[in-house]
Amino acid sequence: MAQFFPKSANNVAKITMILGVVLAVTAFYAYTQLARSSYLTGRYVEKQQPVQFSHKHHTGDDGIDCRYCHTTVETTASAGMPSTETCMTCHSQIWSDSPYLEPVRASYRDNTPIEWERVHDLPEYTYFNHSIHIAKGIGCSTCHGQIDNMPSVYQENTLQMEWCLSCHREPEKFIRPKSEIYNMRWKDSDLSTEARIKLKEEYKIRSRDMLTSCSVCHR
Amino acid sequence: MVEGDHSFGTVSDKIGDLALKKRTPFHWYIGFAISFIVAQLLLFSVVVLLARGIGIWGNNQPVGWAFDIINFVWWIGIGHAGTLISAILLLLNQKWRTSINRFAEAMTLFAVACAAMFPLLHTGRPWLAAYWLFPYPNTMGIWPQFRSPLIWDVFAVSTYATISLLFWYVGLIPDFATLRDRAKNKFFKAVYGLLSWGWRGSARHWHRYEIAYLLLAGLSTPLVLSVHSIVSFDFAVSQLPGWHATIFPPYFVAGAIFAGFAMVLILCIPLRILYNMKDFITDTHLVYMGKVMLATGLIVVYGYAMEGFFAWYSAAEYEWFMMKNRIWEGPYWWSYWLLILCNGMSIQLLWFKRFRESAFWLFMISLVVSVGMWLERFVIIVTSLNRDFLPSSWAMYTPTMFDWSMFIGTIGFFFTLLYLFIRFVPIISIFEVRTLLPEANVHGHHQDFEENVVVVEETYDRTDPPNS
Repeated sequence: MAQFFPKSANNVAKITMILGVVLAVTAFYAYTQLARSSYLTGRYVEKQQPVQFSHKHHTGDDGIDCRYCHTTVETTASAGMPSTETCMTCHSQIWSDSPYLEPVRASYRDNTPIEWERVHDLPEYTYFNHSIHIAKGIGCSTCHGQIDNMPSVYQENTLQMEWCLSCHREPEKFIRPKSEIYNMRWKDSDLSTEARIKLKEEYKIRSRDMLTSCSVCHR
Repeated sequence: MVEGDHSFGTVSDKIGDLALKKRTPFHWYIGFAISFIVAQLLLFSVVVLLARGIGIWGNNQPVGWAFDIINFVWWIGIGHAGTLISAILLLLNQKWRTSINRFAEAMTLFAVACAAMFPLLHTGRPWLAAYWLFPYPNTMGIWPQFRSPLIWDVFAVSTYATISLLFWYVGLIPDFATLRDRAKNKFFKAVYGLLSWGWRGSARHWHRYEIAYLLLAGLSTPLVLSVHSIVSFDFAVSQLPGWHATIFPPYFVAGAIFAGFAMVLILCIPLRILYNMKDFITDTHLVYMGKVMLATGLIVVYGYAMEGFFAWYSAAEYEWFMMKNRIWEGPYWWSYWLLILCNGMSIQLLWFKRFRESAFWLFMISLVVSVGMWLERFVIIVTSLNRDFLPSSWAMYTPTMFDWSMFIGTIGFFFTLLYLFIRFVPIISIFEVRTLLPEANVHGHHQDFEENVVVVEETYDRTDPPNS
């Protein structure tokens, strides 16, 4: 009986099998990359704010401390957003008629807060507290990146759970002296590994098991 | 093992023509339509489930597991007979497996498909189930809990599904080639041609086929025991009285084979009548399956007895309370006795030749056993959970409409797949049945060998001796 398929079909079959495996592996790899991409995590995406506020200018050039505006970062869960009055402490005196600052003055006049766009948005099912991180020697730039170099702030990290855990599993890799918390130029290599492990003990950071327990973040 | 006057050609005709030449019988349309409509219940239940969440089901504290796992275990168990027939009976050289293995394997696959739906859907958000179930580099930086039997289950069931599919498909390749060669329609020639992967039946093909089939049989043999053992660990590894028992693995495996053979009988008894396959699925086959059912059923009954005995003998207060609650004090006592009636009493009929050799009675007993095996899981799960350690949290469990519609829907889905299988795939392994024919034994039947020698000698005596 004549064969229904030509002999070349054998090659097609072999290539299909190889392609199938290659395609499956590629698709899986693509998925793992897509899941971490800025498209899905919002990483590196600059957000436009109602006021063209530049962190680079205020912290980098002027040297204003983080806590001048984010007043509650050492004491509460939220770092705190500055009220319009905080802006006006300076801007009632300097650049007081700049057109860029009209939204700020309007907010001050009408007594309506400025609606800032949230850059770091954690899911509701996670519990995050700024003050404990500050108290245990985790600096701003460890999570937020070099804010003093960002004209408009973007999210430096993925904020995915694997990223949180990368530090909760080995906090000694990221810890710094409390005096350096607000230092935007701090590098993890500024301190030797031994010194960092010592700091970890000094600050009484809990064990890895405690820090990675589910209910630390999911309460 | 094959009755009637058959040759290689007639076997191919009879089985192959069901898929190719014969007009689709009217009863096929009826059966398919009913199954398909019932399967829509499943679709409906799943849509409502996804829209509204698992709150539509009746399970709630303390009965947090109910129909979802009952149905899962029931379906997974049914699959086991298929694997036993294809793998273990093959290795044991049991020739009678040949005419029932194909659809028993199909039954396994479809049952596993039904079973797998429940763990996926009970999460309420199956699209997220991937990271709950499978270890892969996810963005959370964590793995599933490898110490939990639930993750062992994922591996057990997915391995089982893969091996069963491969086994079934590899066995089908020579038959697909037969269909390809016999098909007149170009479209079917192409489809069956693709499915048969260029099978030409050369000696090399057969050699490789035999090796592959034997290897797969070797791989699936441990699965018959391991899959349901691991399913039983879902319960046995927990601390709950009524679940925390060492007898669970063997008792579950026996129960699975028991339920599986019941399902094979439920399927093949009507099939052999409707498609006139009595030559291939003979009365002997039915009797053998009845015997397997009796044997495994007795092991299951022994399991029930041991559960009761150890609850008493352990002198563990909570165990004994659970057993009393299960058998006579609790609100679900009726389900236990119904279970004993279905699984324990009904099979006693199989001791008698009259029942064992009657297709009607085998069919009825199998139906009862299927119900019984479902009840067994209901009893284990619901009666153990509904009165747990804390009396203040005791509560009754009542399934809702959606519990039932989803369960019944999977039965519809199962039969829909089965009807498609009957229509498009050779339901009995054509080439393996051919090997059972006398024609396949060129050197005469093995049993006949002695006689042949005698005959030859007699002939020899009567003609001229060579040395004279």
